[in-house]
Amino acid sequence: MPEHEAGGTLGTSTLEVRDFLRRRREQIAQRWADEPLFRTVFTVSRDEAVEAGKAVVDALAQVADSQRVEDPDAAGFTGVREQLARMGAARSRAGLSATQMSSELAALWPPVENLLVADLDQAPPEELRECSTTLSVLMGTLRLVAMQTALSEGQALIDRQRLQLLEVATPVIKLWDGIVAVPLIGTLDSARSQVVMETLLNAVVDQHARFAILDITGVPTVDSLVAQHLMKTVAAARLMGAECVVSGIRPAIAQTIVHLGLDLGTVKTRASLADALGYCLHELGANIVNATPDGAGRR
Amino acid sequence: MHTAAGVEACLPIRSDMDLVWVRQHVRQAAARLGFGLVDQTKLVTAASELARNTLVHGGGGQLEVSLVTADGVSGLRLAFSDSGPGIPDLERALSDGYTSGDGLGMGLGGARRLVHDFEVESVPGSGTTVRVTSWVGRPPRPREEV
Ligand SMILES: Nc1ncnc2c1ncn2[C@@H]1O[C@H](COP(=O)(O)OP(=O)(O)OP(=O)(O)O)[C@@H](O)[C@H]1O
Ligand SMILES: [Mg+2]
Repeated sequence: MPEHEAGGTLGTSTLEVRDFLRRRREQIAQRWADEPLFRTVFTVSRDEAVEAGKAVVDALAQVADSQRVEDPDAAGFTGVREQLARMGAARSRAGLSATQMSSELAALWPPVENLLVADLDQAPPEELRECSTTLSVLMGTLRLVAMQTALSEGQALIDRQRLQLLEVATPVIKLWDGIVAVPLIGTLDSARSQVVMETLLNAVVDQHARFAILDITGVPTVDSLVAQHLMKTVAAARLMGAECVVSGIRPAIAQTIVHLGLDLGTVKTRASLADALGYCLHELGANIVNATPDGAGRR
Repeated sequence: MHTAAGVEACLPIRSDMDLVWVRQHVRQAAARLGFGLVDQTKLVTAASELARNTLVHGGGGQLEVSLVTADGVSGLRLAFSDSGPGIPDLERALSDGYTSGDGLGMGLGGARRLVHDFEVESVPGSGTTVRVTSWVGRPPRPREEV
């Protein structure tokens, strides 16, 4: 810490900058709320953008107070790191490159500088110059912190997207003449269930399937939306002349579905994929010689 | 009666992707606290319903996760809040099958059945907060009859 306590003049100007930030907190936040970085991230309400801006101003004031304007690791930044990360993530989700993000961050400086100049227009020029330098160093440090968090958040985003991509792969497996199965793995949100439905219906048509098995062993959560998607898929398959069987409902999920109050009464269900296949084969009139000893084909 | 041991995490609810995080976070927190598989699944499912309501009906908001203890029992408290339109008729919203959109209308009432404690604070025009708590094992006191 002492190593950041550079020359005496820096000391007084950082305190002056701190007071300026505290005094102009509201105005700075208001102006930032109109800058692309805040405006595009907090689309739901402007007040939220202003609140977020105030949090950043507070952090800057705290950093100035500790006389560590050049230190990206200054404790004052801790409180806004998560918020900056979230903003960075939102911007990169919107397709911004690191360079574009950096210039959006740089755009936060002019409104602050204008306010500072307005505030100190009676003060001696070198005082203004010093404060302006200190403040711009501080803003530069903020930019560094934001870029750091954005980059590490970027890595997390890539990991997430990779996972998501995996989830989107929806193979349809032909188990038997007239029987197809889709093992569902991961989150069944609206977009994905649309893909599942289309893939399944195509397979039903292409393979003249009379039975389609949806295996949800790999779906971690079955809530009302997932149930609704399943029921829609079943209904659509039915219209195409195929009967759907949902398999792989684990005991914990079965209990949860009951408490939730979901009625899957219209959907044919079986505990495991093997049970479902056994059921379909039976319905098709297939004759199974040498069924497995533990009776996978029977229920 | 219960002492909140502080906010453990605060998660944004602004997109479908955030819902995935909410579920994962709640599942991990519940597992760490010692919830069994069935109770984890129940709590995660309730969280999924409530977070989606926050996103879809409340226009987005956040989830605050806190660890609570009472009478030596630990629990997980989840507070979903938004500054959306609020719920004008709570009783109707809680009833099974009521939806103002095109859902099944099972989320809110279903979530209530999946947790030990459930409370809704909603001011029409200014937002909704749904607070739920589930305890590891038995709740610390008999549930009040409502
Ligand atoms: N956070 C909220 N803000 C405003 N209205 C809400 C909120 N949460 C629930 N509601 C209202 O309560 C109704 C019932 O909610 P519920 O979750 O039971 O059903 P749903 O969301 O419509 O459908 P689903 O079964 O898919 O959840 C909603 O349709 C909505 O009108
Ligand atoms: Mg709902």
